[in-house]
Amino acid sequence: MTQEKTNVELNPISTVNEPVIEIKELYKSFGTNEVLKGVNLTVKKGENLVILGKSGSGKSITIKCIVGLMGIDKGEIKVFGSDITKMDNSELNKIRVRIGFLFQNAALYDSMSVRENLGFTLKRHAKDLTAEEVENQIKEILESVGLSEAIDKMPSELSGGMRKRIGLARTLILKPEIILYDEPTTGLDTITSREISELVLEIQKKYKTSSIIITHDMACAKHTSDRLMILKDGIIHAEGTYDELEKSDDEWVRSFFI
Amino acid sequence: MSNTLIAKKESIISYLKETFNNVGTVTLFALRFFKEVIKPPYEMKEFIKQCYVIGYKSLPLVTITGFIMGLVLTLQSRPTLAKFGAESWLPSMVALSLIREIAPVITALICAGKVSSGIGAELGSMKVTEQIDAMEVSAINPYKYLVVTRILATTLMIPLLVIYADGIGVIGGYIGINIHSDVNFHRYLAQVLESITFLDIFPATIKTFFFGFFIGMIGCYKGFNAANGTESVGKAANSAVVTASLTIFIIDMLAVQITDLFF
Repeated sequence: MTQEKTNVELNPISTVNEPVIEIKELYKSFGTNEVLKGVNLTVKKGENLVILGKSGSGKSITIKCIVGLMGIDKGEIKVFGSDITKMDNSELNKIRVRIGFLFQNAALYDSMSVRENLGFTLKRHAKDLTAEEVENQIKEILESVGLSEAIDKMPSELSGGMRKRIGLARTLILKPEIILYDEPTTGLDTITSREISELVLEIQKKYKTSSIIITHDMACAKHTSDRLMILKDGIIHAEGTYDELEKSDDEWVRSFFI
Repeated sequence: MSNTLIAKKESIISYLKETFNNVGTVTLFALRFFKEVIKPPYEMKEFIKQCYVIGYKSLPLVTITGFIMGLVLTLQSRPTLAKFGAESWLPSMVALSLIREIAPVITALICAGKVSSGIGAELGSMKVTEQIDAMEVSAINPYKYLVVTRILATTLMIPLLVIYADGIGVIGGYIGINIHSDVNFHRYLAQVLESITFLDIFPATIKTFFFGFFIGMIGCYKGFNAANGTESVGKAANSAVVTASLTIFIIDMLAVQITDLFF
């Protein structure tokens, strides 16, 4: 796979506790609206970092900057040790195949079936795979998210939870080392939210991924996080484990856990 | 200077800045096409699919429009030509009018309405639902996959649809003539072919490539740059039709001037 080739070209050595994402003094504004005012964060290999914050605090913008979907005003974003803000598009694409991104609404390609949604990405990055191998990988990934029966369905035929699972399957098909989740449980009922949270943990264990999870769902945060960060006024206001932050002296921080 | 004058000056300056900024963005978007179209990988499957959607699926609409164009043109022109005793010139006049001007412009306008708005709405909806971003984070070039294929397909299909509309229009003209008189089809066709020269067909066909390019480019630009929110999908589609239609008239006017100079 292309992915394997790129792993060799870019800094491949990432041992446990070594940061896979490092953000230093990240600034991002839209016109006069300064959203990020010096965000600093680190994600270690194999770690699930949950970012909390009020709506509009810049959580989603932070992860979009990590994959280069948005340019930054100032700062440094190192992924696997390479600063992505100084990369051209082809270098950035080599990093992107190692990062999975689950969008808030899954962002499935409406005109394609589930099989085509998964195959579309895979065929472009693993050109040496035969049609049979592609089909097998699609089936295997669908099985890992528990939706083998949905292979021929169109996105319009899927429920919200199923869309999220297929979105996750599409993300996993390139076997990423980092997964960025943008509100994975938003708009889902309590049971489905719990199932998605469990799936996030399963993926972390099975594929040894590192993740950033943006969420407002405290149950999901508790279930999936190794560490939490809270964004306020464009900076990281608080950081710690779920238990530490729940017992924080800061009343504003505690208000998230009520 | 009074405050009102200063405010007016500032609003004019900001309007001009925005206009120049927009022109710059559209130009860069269009120029990117020429850079991306030659670079592999080539999205042949998507290109063929778009040719089918844009070309084949527009055939019923172009057939009806082309037929009515020929029929109405004949029926409307007949009384005037009859006044001058030039009724026998009707087949030549209909064919020349259709091939040089009416079929290219009307077909392009129909396609601006159907194709450009369709592309604008489709890409706009993909933008709003983050499908374009999803391609980008998967290291797939969305411009190449979505824009290049659609612009290429419109550039190739619009001329073919115009040629088809020319043929259907000529048939419509034949039926129009036969409402009031009895003309043999072979004689009618011979007269049509006799009156058409290479210089009638060549410039008219060349301009249809430009029509096709701009129909695709404007639809893609409007969709690709749609703002967030579902409302912007409708706006992108609407704006694509209006801009593409206006652009067709501007290209047509320029094409006539250039044709006059060289042919």
